[in-house]
Parts: sequence; C-alpha cells; structure tokens
Amino acid sequence: MSLAGDASPALDEMRMIAAILAGDRELYHRLIQPYELRVYRIALSCVKSEMDAEDVAQEAFLKAFRDLATFRGESKFSTWLIAITLNEARRRLRRQSTVRMESLDDATEEGGRVSPALLRDWREIPSEALERREIRALLQDAIGHLSPIYREVLVLRDVEELSIEETAGALAISISSVKVRLHRARIMLQKELAPKLKLVSPKKRRWFQW
Amino acid sequence: MVIECRHVWDYISEFLDDSLPPETRELVQKHLQNCEICSAILDSTRNILVLTADDRVFELPAGYSERLHARLAREIHGENIGSESPTRD
Repeated sequence: MSLAGDASPALDEMRMIAAILAGDRELYHRLIQPYELRVYRIALSCVKSEMDAEDVAQEAFLKAFRDLATFRGESKFSTWLIAITLNEARRRLRRQSTVRMESLDDATEEGGRVSPALLRDWREIPSEALERREIRALLQDAIGHLSPIYREVLVLRDVEELSIEETAGALAISISSVKVRLHRARIMLQKELAPKLKLVSPKKRRWFQW
Repeated sequence: MVIECRHVWDYISEFLDDSLPPETRELVQKHLQNCEICSAILDSTRNILVLTADDRVFELPAGYSERLHARLAREIHGENIGSESPTRD
C-alpha cells in the first residue's frame, strides 16, 4: 500500500496550473482528468447517493478551478483537491440534515475498543470475485455502514491509498487520530465483512486455481 | 514476553501498515505463528482491504465524465479566474 513515486507528474501539474492561471484555461480539463474517479469516490464516501456524489464532485472541480490562484503548491494538488471535495460534501450534508453526523460516532466506539470477528481460518478471496455484483455490494454496504469519521479515513487511506500524513492533511486532523480511526474502521470492516465473505465465497466456483 | 490475542488485535492496523516499532512487530509476529485465530483475523483484514482498494468496487456512473467536462467547459468559457488573469487564447 504505497504511492508510486510521482515527482514528474507533480512538476507537470505545477506547469499546467501556471499555464491555466496565465490564461490557457482549456488545460484545466487535462489537469483534473487523473482525479475524476478519486474525487467521485471521496464524495460518495460522504454523501451515499450516487447523484449527490456526482453533484459534489462537479462542485468540487468548479471550486478548485475558481480558486486555483490560491493554490500555493505547499501540498500536492491532489491533496488540495481532496480537501475541497470533503468540504463540499460536508457543506451538502449540513444543508440536507442538521441532525445526523458526529452524534452517532462516539456511540459506536464502545469505550474505544473494537473487536474483530473471530475466525479459525481464512480462505483468500481473489480480486476476481469482484466481478460478482453481490461481492461489490457487500463491500459498498460495509463501507457505507461506517460512521462518517471512520468512512472518510478508510476511503482516503485504503481506497484512495493516500499516506497517513496525506490523510491527516486532507482531513485537518492529527496523525495519531488518523491511526486510531483507521484502526477502528478496518476492524469494523473486518467484523462486518469476514463472516459474510466467508459464507459467500464457496458458493460458486468452489476452488480457485491457486 | 508474550502478548495476548486482545493486544494483537490492537496492533493489526499498524502491523498491516508496517508502522509498528520493531520489538512490537516481533512480539506480534511470534504470537501469529502460534495463534490460528489471530492469523485468520489478520489475513481476513488484509484480504478485505485489498478488495476495498480495487477500482471495481466503486465505479463511475455512466456519462459522469462527459457531464463533468461539459459543466467545466461552461465555466471555463464564462467568467475569469484570479483577479489579474489576462484573457489570452
């Protein structure tokens, strides 16, 4: 789980941003292309409906365009864009409901300790299993069931594969908070998914080739 | 020194990220060699995270990219960004 070295794309990005600000605005289409999926998935991790996620993604890309002159290059462009996306998603959530959100979070923590599902053995589920809609749905639901503070960290770190430091930066929380939340999120995911995946895997094609 | 299962569970996330101090990592590793339950928990968690990271889990809705770029195009051809950005083509 590490990011590929990306020194030269980052340099390319800085050049593109300078060119866009100097007037070559069409370049913005190219600048954001690598982030279309990422921004959508992060939006979806916050708002839950696909339509809302698409709206949030569009708003985030528009806001980033309008505010591009304020991007200082201290963080990576992607980190900056992710922070904008999270803000847009939260703004939308606040508009939709003033009740939900953080109130649920502490209740699920159970004194700070989450226990995994206990198993005696684990048969590896290969990525090919994701061709099956039911498996994809199980994963989507399990992530959706996490409360927002855990979902955000898990999606940034384990879906988008940001580093711990980048995750902390995007969410404006401390590195130790990221670690604690990430740990709980992962264990909660294991707790919900392991028993289900264990049942579902041998149903079709019982033996995989490896 | 020996650690209990419960403590091993607390270290799973950092174990997967390879961010435990070497001594702790060694303790966990030793425990895992002799504990099938903790090994299964670790394997399942790792497996679930690999699946979670797969691009197939969350796919873009059909037409997303087209709609996004169409909206951006309207913005790009609309008002200026930045205060002193010259209009140059």
